[in-house]
Amino acid sequence: MAVQPEIDPATGRTTTGHEWDGIKELNSPLPKWWLYIFYATIVWSIGYWVVYPAWPLVTNYTKGAFGYSSRQEVVRDLDALRALRAERSTALASTPLEEIARNPTLLTFALAQGKAAFGDNCAPCHGLSATGSRGFPNLRDDSWLWGGGIQDIHQTIAYGVRTADDRSRQGVMPALGGPNGVLKTDEIVTVANYVRSLSGQSTRPGADLAKGKELFIANCAACHGEDGRGNRDLGAPNLTGHNWVYGSDEKTIIETITQGRGAVMPGWAGRLDETTVKALAVYVHALGGGQ
Amino acid sequence: MSDLLAQAARKSTAAESDPIIPSADDEPLYESRREIYQQSVKGRLRTVKWVVLFACLGVYYFLPFLRWYRGPNQPDQAVLVDIANNRFYFFFIEIWPQEIYYFTGLLVMASLVLFLMNAVAGRVWCGYLCPQTVWTDLFTVVERWVEGDRRERMIADSKPMSVAKAGRKVLKHFLWLMIAWWTGGAWVLYFADAPTLVKDLATFQAPMVAYIWIGILTFTTYALAGLMKEQVCLYMCPWPRIQAALTDQYALNVTYRYDRGEPRMSMKTAARAREAEQPAGDCIDCHQCVVVCPTGVDIRDGAQLGCIQCGLCIDACNTVMAKVNRPLGLIAYDNDVNIDRRRQGLEEVYPIIRTRTVLYAAMIAAVGLVMLYGLVTRSFTEMSVLHDRNPLFVQLSDGSVRNSYTVRILNKRPLHRIFVLAVDNLPLARLSAVGITTTSGDWPVIDVGPDSTRELIVHVTAAKPADLPQSTRVTFRITELGTGEKASAVDHFISR
Repeated sequence: MAVQPEIDPATGRTTTGHEWDGIKELNSPLPKWWLYIFYATIVWSIGYWVVYPAWPLVTNYTKGAFGYSSRQEVVRDLDALRALRAERSTALASTPLEEIARNPTLLTFALAQGKAAFGDNCAPCHGLSATGSRGFPNLRDDSWLWGGGIQDIHQTIAYGVRTADDRSRQGVMPALGGPNGVLKTDEIVTVANYVRSLSGQSTRPGADLAKGKELFIANCAACHGEDGRGNRDLGAPNLTGHNWVYGSDEKTIIETITQGRGAVMPGWAGRLDETTVKALAVYVHALGGGQ
Repeated sequence: MSDLLAQAARKSTAAESDPIIPSADDEPLYESRREIYQQSVKGRLRTVKWVVLFACLGVYYFLPFLRWYRGPNQPDQAVLVDIANNRFYFFFIEIWPQEIYYFTGLLVMASLVLFLMNAVAGRVWCGYLCPQTVWTDLFTVVERWVEGDRRERMIADSKPMSVAKAGRKVLKHFLWLMIAWWTGGAWVLYFADAPTLVKDLATFQAPMVAYIWIGILTFTTYALAGLMKEQVCLYMCPWPRIQAALTDQYALNVTYRYDRGEPRMSMKTAARAREAEQPAGDCIDCHQCVVVCPTGVDIRDGAQLGCIQCGLCIDACNTVMAKVNRPLGLIAYDNDVNIDRRRQGLEEVYPIIRTRTVLYAAMIAAVGLVMLYGLVTRSFTEMSVLHDRNPLFVQLSDGSVRNSYTVRILNKRPLHRIFVLAVDNLPLARLSAVGITTTSGDWPVIDVGPDSTRELIVHVTAAKPADLPQSTRVTFRITELGTGEKASAVDHFISR
């Protein structure tokens, strides 16, 4: 049977009949439209099932009326990105390397693209900050094995070092030691000490620097030059400076002379498109060492 | 399980015998909307509301068309939110995205003004200024114009549908939609050059996003001001709840002076009571205060959540009081303190200057002054410097050391400007900027376009790092060629 709802004396409003420790809950009914909005959201969700992929099936899923997929959306976004960049990419492709830096818009574009490409492709060897590590040259200083002009940098990136490509940088540091080597072990130590003296480093007491120089001119100067300043055509490093790819301690220099060096850098012309290679050259050139 | 069964069994027997458990239809959980037929009213506060309505809507609809010359190739719209170019223009002020703190200041001030209004006279915002109130008022006028006043509308709604009635309803909704559409249209004009956008909209050349926003605003305006009306204030708006916590006993609210009004009775009964020297209130229970109320509350129940304090009941009651020859102001801006004081025969008090009003006013002044100071001393040339994090320094073959920085120069004037970039406090230092070949002395010369920024990679090389401390505090400076306008930024040079 129907019961008259209880009236709260203070407010004159009805209560829900719920009571906690003597405190009664007033009945504050929600507006009806609130309930209808809830029903509307349920209807809306049915629309979602129809329009979007929704239900998992045994080997498949319901595809939705418009065939939406997040993968397609990514592809579309990437295409849109390419279209957005198209104008500047074209400009970058057609502008000679030396002139890119003079156009602030193009420079910013190339630096941004170069930075991303560097992180993806070059950082594993040269480091994310391009400071290199033992055996991998630092690209921020002013010591370049193959030249620090933007064309030089571009050529090195595009075709690599000591690869099968004819256009790649060629020239190796031969092994001068070993059983059949040109130099004997004590001669190598002498040369190594002479080489250290070229950059003002300390030498082993009693080292015969005159003999070392003689050996150096006979065996090393062809590539490194009589003054030891190197030859970028051959990738022969400057031995008079502060920067060393493998290290300037006596042990390392002895190792280098004994075993030779012939590290390889892959060419990127075939893997990256020309615009990206260009952007990389601009980026590396702008890191500080560019000449 | 057996517990549940036992419970269910108890419940079924209880339903028959125990009268305490209410059934669902006794107390509905959901309440149907009570249709409000707001009656028109004339009076002082109604006039104030008209003035405020026309002022607010006038500003809203026409402000985008106001022009303001800023220089060649600069937008000439007085108020423009240029999202595409990251600029906000407000008359003589141009705000860049990094200066968004001005908006923070504005928002802080807006809320403090709201609090101050509340401390002085309750829900002034709700009753006069809130967009919901303004547009609902406008929509109600249209409704009255098409369908007639309260009585005509109630009669029409009680009758079955006819062609004439349907015609009026259709006309009303059409006019509502037109106003809503214009509201949405005005909104998008704040985000692009208004005359151009109007032309583009008319010729269907405007960007899709403009049409979408017009559609959204049309829908919300029509739904909120036309269909929802008082439901927005009663159920959706958070301000009544917050407001109740911010008020105090001295705030002036629209108040029924029950000390004067009660006991309420008809005119004749009151006249008889007065003759017999019995207590008789001024309220003649004519319900005029209720029928003019936009939210349908009875102000005689006291301050309540549903009351937006628009003061229309004051106008209605004053009209009646004038007719029955009783003093005006039975409903007025007043508070319970004064009702108590009158009952005790004390004089009324209206202390406008109270701790909270003074504090709010002081805070508004403080925030305003800070913003004004920021605006007046705002620089048109700025620079920022960011030292490369990795590597901190690079050693060169000759033993010198180089640090690299990202320098950004901000030119906030609508002019092409040329700056010389230099670094202080570093002996024997060379500075070069990537892509810059022009120099003045040894320093690079950089041109920055009008109203824009330029970011540069800058290398600083110190020839004798051994003479320097491990870290040297250095100052980068830009100086404009010609005017000599300067800006600087401090960073460090790491030598080892």
